[in-house]
Amino acid sequence: MSAATGTKTTTKTVTSSLLSNGWARWSLGLLLPVVILLAWQLSTAAGVFSAVQLPAPRAVLAAGSELIARNELFNHIAISTQRVLLGFAVGAALGVSLGALVGLSKIAEVMLGPTIGALRAVPSLAWVPLLILWMKIGEDSKVTLILIGAFFPVFTTVSLALRHVDKNLVEAARAFGLKGVKLLTTVQLPAVVPAIFSGLRLALAQAWLFLVAAELIAASMGLGFLLTDSQYNGRTDRLLLAIILLAVLGKITDALLGLAEKWAVRRWS
Amino acid sequence: MTDLLTTPIPLAELQGTAAMPVSFHNLGRRFGTGAGAHTVLRDVSFEVKAGEIVALLGPSGCGKSTLLRAVAGLDAPSSGAVSIDGTAVSGIDPRCAVAFQEPRLLPWKSIAGNVTIGVPAESDAAQRRAVVDKLVGLVGLSKFAEHRPREVSGGMAQRASLARALARNPGVLLLDEPFGALDALTRITMQDLLLDIHAAEPTTVLLVTHDVDEALQLADHIILLGPDGSDNPGATIVRTVEVPGARPRDRASTALAGLRSSLLASLGVAGH
Repeated sequence: MSAATGTKTTTKTVTSSLLSNGWARWSLGLLLPVVILLAWQLSTAAGVFSAVQLPAPRAVLAAGSELIARNELFNHIAISTQRVLLGFAVGAALGVSLGALVGLSKIAEVMLGPTIGALRAVPSLAWVPLLILWMKIGEDSKVTLILIGAFFPVFTTVSLALRHVDKNLVEAARAFGLKGVKLLTTVQLPAVVPAIFSGLRLALAQAWLFLVAAELIAASMGLGFLLTDSQYNGRTDRLLLAIILLAVLGKITDALLGLAEKWAVRRWS
Repeated sequence: MTDLLTTPIPLAELQGTAAMPVSFHNLGRRFGTGAGAHTVLRDVSFEVKAGEIVALLGPSGCGKSTLLRAVAGLDAPSSGAVSIDGTAVSGIDPRCAVAFQEPRLLPWKSIAGNVTIGVPAESDAAQRRAVVDKLVGLVGLSKFAEHRPREVSGGMAQRASLARALARNPGVLLLDEPFGALDALTRITMQDLLLDIHAAEPTTVLLVTHDVDEALQLADHIILLGPDGSDNPGATIVRTVEVPGARPRDRASTALAGLRSSLLASLGVAGH
């Protein structure tokens, strides 16, 4: 009995120490993608799918190098990333400001809350025709759509979190003459830094989502355009390439934001 | 006096505000409206001379803290008024500084950073740093100036909170049971520290406490709050005591022992 318990404890410690090791975590996280890649390679080599249904991994790679050779791939990636970052930055800034206003002012909450809630309920694609009509098919309409997508998660988390800032801390700061913007930047915003970051991470995911919505419908460049263009031309290899690139870019930007979050939470709590 | 004048920072800048008198005129406070309304304080009138230490003593829930908050301008009385140095308090008053029962320090700022919050906004960066260095030293936290609040003990955090209040150069220092949550030994050390600070910079101090010994040790006058036995609801002043003897007082003195028994009796705790 005691021997069995001992083994169990050892296994547990080994597992937990393995999970806290950076390299082990990386390798374990890469395990599933490698398995998927392997299954993909094997099934295409065995001829389970036709090349149009599912091209081999090598074909996707070849499509990538062809687009690189034609100087197109990096342009697609660059323009898409630029749109996401721009829309995310502006949307997040607006989300923090309006979230602070609604979270701290009762009157603003009563007056703006219902309207913002209703606008949030509008599905992303519903904005596309209107934005194109107003801003034409250019960068503005796309960045605006992404901005809308990034705005709401930040707005919601910030406005909710600000309502639950420690009342004692705020009162103490007010007793020392802090008020308005100074009170916001000294006490209230630092107190909700963890919430701001979880909002930002949701917003970043939304930004990539809305990017594809914007580029699917009206674009001549970008990863969303690559998707539709490949669909019309029956280029499943490029389609898969675009999807993989979206996954990788989304994961990388989220990981970078995660690092910033770690630093900020340590700094502000 | 001379050694203070030879310090690098002019004395006037550190002691910009002189001690100020406080007076309460028929102050009352009700909470709620209609049937749910209840009176916490009524007809509170008394005067505190500039530079005096006055303890507000009473059972918990009697409105001691409410009275203090009215002086700070954190709460507005329902009737009557408080004036500091002859002018009525309305809104948060820059002439006061408060130390609360909990330290209420910003967890993401260092001890020095938290004390800086107390320094009046109009002072420049160099002045600020000088005041903070001096006060952090005064409360014995120089070695911990760059530590976060959670890295220091409760007593140290409370000292930082006191330093933050002093940084404001208050005309009136308001202490809301500042040592109530500390262990007995730390509490005595803190009381001695407060007396040292008061001797060096004699500002007016209003101290809320439920600890009779603390009141006897620190105060010039003790104001006892509670229900006065009439049919009127709410607490009012039931007794005012002038504490004899110069500070620091002998904690074992017989005169204080007699006063302690009599105060405890007034608080409804007989036979001690």
